[in-house]
Amino acid sequence: MSLGSKANSCRYEQMRLAGRKQNLWLRARMIQSIRAFFMEREYLEVETPQLISVLAPEVHIEAIHAGSSYLHTSPELCMKRLLASGFPKIFQISRCFREGERGDLHLPEFSLLEWYRTGIDYKALMNECEALIRFVSQSLDMGWKIHYRSNEIDLKKPWERISVKEAFGKYASISLDRALEEGCFDRVMVGEIEPNLGTMRPTFLYDYPAGMAALARLKPGNRALAERFEIYIAGLELANGFSELNDPVEQRARFERELQIRGAEGKEIYPMPERFLRSLEHMPDAAGIALGVDRLAMLFSGVQKIDEVVSFTPEEV
Amino acid sequence: MYSASDLKKGLKIQIDNEPYVVTEFQFSKPGKGQSLYRCKLKNMITGVIIDPTYRSGDTFQPADLVERRMQYLYNQEDEYWFMDVENYEQSVLSAEQVADAKNYLTDNLEVDILFFGERPIGITLPNFVDLTVTKADPWVKGDSVAGDTKPVTLETGYVLRVPPFVEENGKITIDTRTGEYVTRVKG
Repeated sequence: MSLGSKANSCRYEQMRLAGRKQNLWLRARMIQSIRAFFMEREYLEVETPQLISVLAPEVHIEAIHAGSSYLHTSPELCMKRLLASGFPKIFQISRCFREGERGDLHLPEFSLLEWYRTGIDYKALMNECEALIRFVSQSLDMGWKIHYRSNEIDLKKPWERISVKEAFGKYASISLDRALEEGCFDRVMVGEIEPNLGTMRPTFLYDYPAGMAALARLKPGNRALAERFEIYIAGLELANGFSELNDPVEQRARFERELQIRGAEGKEIYPMPERFLRSLEHMPDAAGIALGVDRLAMLFSGVQKIDEVVSFTPEEV
Repeated sequence: MYSASDLKKGLKIQIDNEPYVVTEFQFSKPGKGQSLYRCKLKNMITGVIIDPTYRSGDTFQPADLVERRMQYLYNQEDEYWFMDVENYEQSVLSAEQVADAKNYLTDNLEVDILFFGERPIGITLPNFVDLTVTKADPWVKGDSVAGDTKPVTLETGYVLRVPPFVEENGKITIDTRTGEYVTRVKG
């Protein structure tokens, strides 16, 4: 590389980062306010290892190898072990790693906020989500409105709650049952449903097919559904939460099913997380959620690409 | 063999025995769902655009494309004939495939012909070509209707606007990417 092009590349980097400066400040203030929210509610901030030897085996999540271990894809298993050991309210903001996820809304290394609380179910957790996003918006002096993708989203009104089945009926060209039969659930969700969610006020999309929630509790009275929900704001998927499954026998069966599908698809077979399964026996009823910190920063910054809310993308390192 | 995670803008793949280039690309992944790769693909022969969604696990053959340096020979009705400068093999493109490039083709001009397998499917011209002016009206001073340019006809039949000082039988350089006049060729 010539001296001239080195100087050019430095200048380009300065310009690129100058363009992101405002977003990086907003991101930092946002993370401060998330911490303030949970500390005020007497949650304990925890840190669990990012370098782990076992992870939750899920069909569509690929881990990145680090020597003979993995980089964690989420802190879920360790956090639930804390729940099982007498920590009733915990939160964590951690860097998570997923192989092959890169796009306008994805980074293979990203920041995830997870929080867990015993004694509540997914519906009560939805209320806490509303409170968190409102609190953050207020702390950032952004008022009650998010402007994103030419939508004006009102945070103050009660958020929309719509079941997955209802959403298929309302927005999709195919029913939920047919989509499941034909194996096109994800394609219909991304192409036909997601763009309609959370356009006036944030939306909770809830009650997912049981097969799509390996760690969620099934709905009492309807075991075809899991007590899982997602938050959408202006079509952007922000968070995934559920009532936690705490039956170790059932959890093992669900993991085995995930591993079986992984095997059939020729994917890596992850080891069974035995210690996690043992600790589940002691885990009280609880609900927990993972929220994309980068995505939330995108919403408040009004940017369309996740690149704009981080200092360096993998390509820029 | 490419996998879905190799997809990106500009990648050239083969579908149903036809070459396609990726013109748009979006990775998406609904929560806990599978990775989806939403693409726009352009058929490199017909120009037809399709918009498939691929999933992880899908695989693609790279399009068997190669460029060969060839010399333009002649055209006969709708056929444009070229000769490989290394092995003297001859190939033909249709008028439709040559499209606007016909405005710049003169005998023995060296161009790159794109082959899909054995089949020639496209042409890449040099960025600049020199062409002789075969017809130029004298410039009428004060004729300001079209600004300070006048139309001329080149040896290929191509008509374009040039500065008034360009004369009949002179040579000019054309930018083949824009079709515009660049400069007079001296000598």
